[in-house]
Amino acid sequence: MILPVPTLLKVVIRSLSAAVLLSVTVLAQDPQGVRIGLTYAPGTRPGLYVLPMRGADADSIRAIITRDLDFGDRLSVIAPDSGAPPIGKLNYALYARLGSAAILQLTRNVGGSLHVVLHDVVAGRVLNTTELPIGGPLYSPEWRLSLHSVADEVERWATGVKGIASTRVLFVRGGTLWLADSDGENLRELPGVGYALGPAWHPTGTMFAYADLRDDGTQVVVRDVQRGTSRRIVHEQGVNMSPAFSPDGRTLVFASGSDGTDLFAVPLDGAEPPYRVTVGRGSTNSQPTFSPDGRRIAFTTSRLGRNEIYITDSDGANPELLTTSGFGDQLYRADPSWSPDGRFVAFSTQIEGRFQIATIGLRDRAVKQHTIDGVNEDPSWAPDARHLVFTSSRSGSKQLWVLDTESGRLRQLTHGSASRMAAWSPRISLSR
Amino acid sequence: MKFRPVLLATVATLVVAVAACAPKVPPALPAPKINQDSIDAANAARAKAEADARARADAEARARREAEERARAEAAARAAREAADRAAAAMAAARAAFATAIYFDYDAADLKPEARALLDAKLPLMRANANIRIRIAGHTDERGSDEYNVALGQRRAAAAKRYLVDQGIATDRIDVASFGEERPAAMGAGEENWARNRRDEFEIIVGGESLRLP
Repeated sequence: MILPVPTLLKVVIRSLSAAVLLSVTVLAQDPQGVRIGLTYAPGTRPGLYVLPMRGADADSIRAIITRDLDFGDRLSVIAPDSGAPPIGKLNYALYARLGSAAILQLTRNVGGSLHVVLHDVVAGRVLNTTELPIGGPLYSPEWRLSLHSVADEVERWATGVKGIASTRVLFVRGGTLWLADSDGENLRELPGVGYALGPAWHPTGTMFAYADLRDDGTQVVVRDVQRGTSRRIVHEQGVNMSPAFSPDGRTLVFASGSDGTDLFAVPLDGAEPPYRVTVGRGSTNSQPTFSPDGRRIAFTTSRLGRNEIYITDSDGANPELLTTSGFGDQLYRADPSWSPDGRFVAFSTQIEGRFQIATIGLRDRAVKQHTIDGVNEDPSWAPDARHLVFTSSRSGSKQLWVLDTESGRLRQLTHGSASRMAAWSPRISLSR
Repeated sequence: MKFRPVLLATVATLVVAVAACAPKVPPALPAPKINQDSIDAANAARAKAEADARARADAEARARREAEERARAEAAARAAREAADRAAAAMAAARAAFATAIYFDYDAADLKPEARALLDAKLPLMRANANIRIRIAGHTDERGSDEYNVALGQRRAAAAKRYLVDQGIATDRIDVASFGEERPAAMGAGEENWARNRRDEFEIIVGGESLRLP
């Protein structure tokens, strides 16, 4: 997780050259106050020094926020284990020498909220400051989400890009659905889902859809997260599965058929019955994933005899093979997931008989293979279009792992019982 | 002649003696006394002996009759049992033929010749029992994409259904389902296990409790 300080400092000092420190500049000035960010050269991570903290639950609060910032992979976090918070004006030059471009100062207010200050070390001044409420009892889901939101906000101040800590991962474990926070904590089972497969989030994060595998056929179910209520999408008998919501949240696309499947779309308000999107003529067409503008859909199809990833207009026009390049075994590609920035489609590709995670650029169609150990499949993008969660057998059982596609850094998200078919949620707001 | 007077005297004496007694009825000799009890006892004993003998004979006859009846009944029961066993065996064989899974090649849903033969073997039972409804469940090995495998299992089940319908079985008598790779018949990796998992399973879902033999 977090390296011991001396090691970290060495790493940071080595990797953060003077050029990096010099490149830290004020990005923009908000008339309301200090709404600015640090810039940094691509491929480098500015050092962020997290000061010791005092007050109730300080160690837990600081540890969770520090870990979130570390998992964000955009900042090089320096967080000494102990020590008292410094008193008075910060000696910026000292922190600069420790490899820090910024300093995070967390203070617990009397009212329970968190006073958050981010210092720009190079500019020698406060970059941004805010009071953030902390909800719920200690370690409750609300309490954790409050802290994740703090980390995401700090990451936005420091890098200009909001973090992904206040997200959740929905996945399948033993035929039921489970939820975990982005740091793997707050793990819980969702009751009453049947035998669930292939969950997908609604863009608001307030609901999700999944396939319920039953003796009399497989049905798509839409479930409200807060209320726990469900409704089934009524369509023909047979297989109804692999749902995906359009980015505007109004349409659900899913695979359906009794012999071979095609993609069908249905308005969520139920105003029309499902209508056909693809014409697969008996082949299997499934696993739709929308481009962020909602105009295109990538999906898996067996129309060429083997599984490939196609792209079509969202009304079914202009289907074309996406994975054209001679990459892998030419055997089997599946599980497409369109990145939220629209630039990539992540997918599983069989190489020497085992699935590996790859991405393909939509402009240049360049393919990059991201994994090599074990069987790796079913990628799902985080809202930052940079991290992927996927299923890997590398630890001996199927578990969820998180990959930073830019640095290649990998961390294990789940432990214990086999876990698979992860869907990374949009950012979840504190308002409930 | 000297003796004559003596004889005469004796005779006379006897006559006198007899004459003297003549007015009295000489007492009858007591009739030999009959022991009725012993007669009754003897009769009873004889009757009992005869009855016993009859009873024994009857019992023996009855026992013989019963033994014969029992033997006949047992033979009949045995025959019935054997017939039932034969019928049960035939039914079990028919059920087994019906329940026999068919297998597929990797990522394929087309029926192999041996799968067609196994499907043909299910037809007599389906034709002899027009009331039954069946479910064909398609399964896959673990190698493909988990979701794609649900669709692949569905195609495998649909392929078997299509074949049975082509042989004249009404389409509404056959339900299909897919369980993808979720319910493996053999755990673990390797072609041997995978091959056992790429299958259609057959189940009678209506009317299975009272089947008629083809």
